[in-house]
Amino acid sequence: MIRKRTQALQVQGWLILPALVCLVSTVVLATPIRVFGIGLPQPVFPMVLAFVWAVIRPSILGPFALLAVGFFLDLFWGAPLGLWALALLLAYAGAVVSRSLVTGRGAFMLAMWYLSLTVVAFTAAYLTIMLRAHITPSLTDTILQFLATAALFPVARRMIDHFENADFRPW
Amino acid sequence: MAFRDGPFQDLRVPLTWAVVAAAVIAVVIALGVLVADRREAVAMAGFAGLRNSVSRSLAPVNEVLEAPVRLFGSGIEDISGYFNAVSENRRLRAQILDLERWRDEAVALRNVNTRYEALLRMKTEPPAPSVTARSILDTRGPFANARVIDAGASVGVQLGDPVLSEHGLIGRVIGVSRGVSRVLMLTDVESRTPVLVDRTNARAILTGDGGANPRLEYIRGQDPLKPGDVLLTSGDGGVYPRGLPVGVAAKDMRGAWRVRLYSDLTPIDYVRVLLFQDFSKMVDPAELSASALPPLTTAEQADRNAVLQKSAPPPPAAAEAGQATPPSPKP
Repeated sequence: MIRKRTQALQVQGWLILPALVCLVSTVVLATPIRVFGIGLPQPVFPMVLAFVWAVIRPSILGPFALLAVGFFLDLFWGAPLGLWALALLLAYAGAVVSRSLVTGRGAFMLAMWYLSLTVVAFTAAYLTIMLRAHITPSLTDTILQFLATAALFPVARRMIDHFENADFRPW
Repeated sequence: MAFRDGPFQDLRVPLTWAVVAAAVIAVVIALGVLVADRREAVAMAGFAGLRNSVSRSLAPVNEVLEAPVRLFGSGIEDISGYFNAVSENRRLRAQILDLERWRDEAVALRNVNTRYEALLRMKTEPPAPSVTARSILDTRGPFANARVIDAGASVGVQLGDPVLSEHGLIGRVIGVSRGVSRVLMLTDVESRTPVLVDRTNARAILTGDGGANPRLEYIRGQDPLKPGDVLLTSGDGGVYPRGLPVGVAAKDMRGAWRVRLYSDLTPIDYVRVLLFQDFSKMVDPAELSASALPPLTTAEQADRNAVLQKSAPPPPAAAEAGQATPPSPKP
């Protein structure tokens, strides 16, 4: 079973396809509708990529793929270009550096690790906006978007479970 | 010869460090782009062209992807509308009664206002035509609040045009391509809007912070605001025309002034783009900075002479004659 899955998993399986799914999800949730007076949540889907790519296997492709995904988010959301690219890359770098300390632990530790890296990404974005726009962004809305992003942990966990036994040869 | 068989065959870079180095290079690129980007570039400088291209190319993709989401949302709206029909009808009847009173008052005031303007020969802003558009993308969050609408340069939309919903101002155009435009919402962290308080004529700057209720900063005057005061665009700086409805003043938990936006009352589906020619667009900058003034036209010269004659003191001879002439005895 593992042998079959190993053969099927290529760069497009763990890098390109998840990135496309994240981008499509972001575009769909930008639909301007309200359900019961509340707009759709807008989590930062690529945060899952920043975490999962580092956990599955650090790769030189990862940072540059995240850079591209971050640029897309900024262009699409109308944020300063480079904002989410920077935030995601800092989270990814944090994940790579702390990888040896946390891999192999239980789901709780994994969740705490994901939440910590999400805090890193949001703090970086928050500080960047503070410096750039000379205003403190709304803390309530920041926390809401953080919670929506944190709620994506089960997706990250599922991806890790799916890929953890795969054989990724260096490219 | 393969790379691994060459002189570097014994070189072994630890993977983690190689990845960290790649991440550092990517961070440097991101920082460089972040510093170079100016989101509100007036012209097509910087990355404005790239942003417009992304908006334009994603608009049709989004039309397809969002179809089921829209269908789901409108289905829920229909169901809730069905169950709330009676109370909604009652509310609308009351609103119509209130609006009829306002309509009569507005007609009377417009009549008086037109006469005053004619009497004072006031230079009023020319009426701005508008185009209607549909909001096709909505990005929210604490760090960016923007919308993409399906009207662009092909129907005359320009950078800086104000955008309104049926309730009030929502923002202004910061990016235009042929078929779509990007609107910076009033709630965006980079949005600054000069407003006035309708009751006191006090001025303030509406400052977006990514939340639903933007802040009021630089409020001028002694006790210029009360909760519930209506805020309008002041027209200062020529970015917006004067008098567009913005919202109602309210205090937050910390006692700071914020604005409950009129545009937040209902979902923003259709919007109106005012093709407003602000001051900077109407006046040629070269004309303003010209060292020599252009000559007055004949009509302007006649007006000027009439004003000068009115304000000039009486000639000395007439004054003396007025003093020397004894008052005529009353009969």
